[in-house]
Amino acid sequence: MSGVMDLGGRAWALARRNVLAAYSVLFFAYLLLPIAIVIAFSFNNPTGRFNYVWQGFTWNNWRYWDGVPGLRGAIELSLEIAVIASLVATALGTLVALALVRYGFRGRGATNLLIFLPLSTPEIVLGASLLTLFLNANVAFGFWTILIAHIMFCISFAVVTVKARLVGFDRHLEEAAMDLGANEWATFQKVTLPLIAPAILAALLLCFAISIDDFVVTYFNSGTRITFPLFVWGSARIGAPPQINVIGTAIFVVAVGLMVTNVLVQNRRGKRGLV
Amino acid sequence: MGFLHRHRGLTPYLLLAPGVVWLGLFFLVPLGFLAYQSLESGSIDFGYAFSWSWGNYWNAIRNYRGHFERSLEYAGIATVLALVVSYPVAYWIAFRGGRWKNLLLLFIVAPFFVTYLIRTLAWQTILADHGLVVRTLHHLHVLGSTGRLLNTATAVVAGITYNFLPFMALPLYVSLEQIDGRLIEAAEDLYASRWKAFLRVTLPLSLPGVVAGTLLTFIPAAGDFINAQLLGSPTNHMIGNVIQSKFLELTDYPAAASMSFVLMAAIIVAVLAYARAVGTEQLTG
Repeated sequence: MSGVMDLGGRAWALARRNVLAAYSVLFFAYLLLPIAIVIAFSFNNPTGRFNYVWQGFTWNNWRYWDGVPGLRGAIELSLEIAVIASLVATALGTLVALALVRYGFRGRGATNLLIFLPLSTPEIVLGASLLTLFLNANVAFGFWTILIAHIMFCISFAVVTVKARLVGFDRHLEEAAMDLGANEWATFQKVTLPLIAPAILAALLLCFAISIDDFVVTYFNSGTRITFPLFVWGSARIGAPPQINVIGTAIFVVAVGLMVTNVLVQNRRGKRGLV
Repeated sequence: MGFLHRHRGLTPYLLLAPGVVWLGLFFLVPLGFLAYQSLESGSIDFGYAFSWSWGNYWNAIRNYRGHFERSLEYAGIATVLALVVSYPVAYWIAFRGGRWKNLLLLFIVAPFFVTYLIRTLAWQTILADHGLVVRTLHHLHVLGSTGRLLNTATAVVAGITYNFLPFMALPLYVSLEQIDGRLIEAAEDLYASRWKAFLRVTLPLSLPGVVAGTLLTFIPAAGDFINAQLLGSPTNHMIGNVIQSKFLELTDYPAAASMSFVLMAAIIVAVLAYARAVGTEQLTG
């Protein structure tokens, strides 16, 4: 009797496990389907203005990726903003994270709140409030207003990313360096920085990804300048050209490539005992 | 560094200063300006002036109540859908992922690597009137012969659910992954039924992830206007669409500013109601 029960239990466990696995496969298919569509339609040869229906395969969209007026400038602006914003935001965010984890000081709670608030504010409110600031201060909208906005919403992400790494940090390593005669700056340079470098790199990548993808806040503060997401928005109304899928695919491939490299490097460092 | 040695108490403030000043100037101060603007009155032609016009708020609620309700409704449904859809997968990766965990997590965040607008446009293609999905549903008589998906509430909610899914799945995974497997084994020994063990042990222990995922999904979803714009018709427009057009097309700044604050207040009320329902310790802990 107990053998039968056991067998039934095992069959149930097997079925359950496979139901979950089968469901997960469906889930991933659903998750990746739109990405497959984006990639596939970058090779479409649309006859009309709309790139909705598959018409035939072509390399031309990739060969003439900047054949759409304004697209190249939009990509360049997006890259420029993303590079500067991620560098500045990560620098500022790392300093804030160091202060929050390393020091007890008055106003720590308030600072934590200030970091958390932008993350929990809807983007449209972030964009709208900056717009009213720039309007009231008579600031001309353009490159600088976009950059200021991007640095603003990236800082919190950088702080959170670096903080997570610092919390699990063994302070004895620094104390050992100081005991051996290193001053604070040398300790920071030789011990702290190399240890938190992976987190800083992760923060940079995250900020870059968020910046280059941002639409809402940029839309409110760009004036007449067009970033890549704004270009997509504008062309969506009149029929998005397949070149947009080309750029979308390229961004996807580069981002996934960077992620995979990061994971592999971390794994190797882990194996060599560096983490 | 000699200076810092003599004034150690100053170090944290020097480290904080650049980032905090930036957030103060470009996050807090703008919120103040938004509040100020929300109480102005006047017209586009003659300019706006501050006049404590609380009526803006009253008008925002009275004239756009449907939009506010729709925003909370769509965001709420999408959040529940995202939770139900991604919980089993988060569970599967956390407990059965083995050495494939990192790769599977990469799949979960993969949509983030395609520009938000482009993946929403991809849903336009998928749900289009003569697309495969609509034709199949016609075939199965799920949709009437003139039924469509694009430009309906279904498409908007589906788009929001998809776009914020990783925000739900990742915190769920993190909290499930931290559960000590021995606790579940012990529960299975005690309760006999696996299902009961799941309900009594695994689910409660994963609640922090549920709460975090819910907030991370609901808050941005309630303010979203991209899905409603690209996948819906004007009858599906959310409050974000109205705020956006009042700011950028109609330049009716006081109305748009007051609506932004009503949106924030509505979100805070919804979050607090949710916090009461699940227990506040889950939110703060």
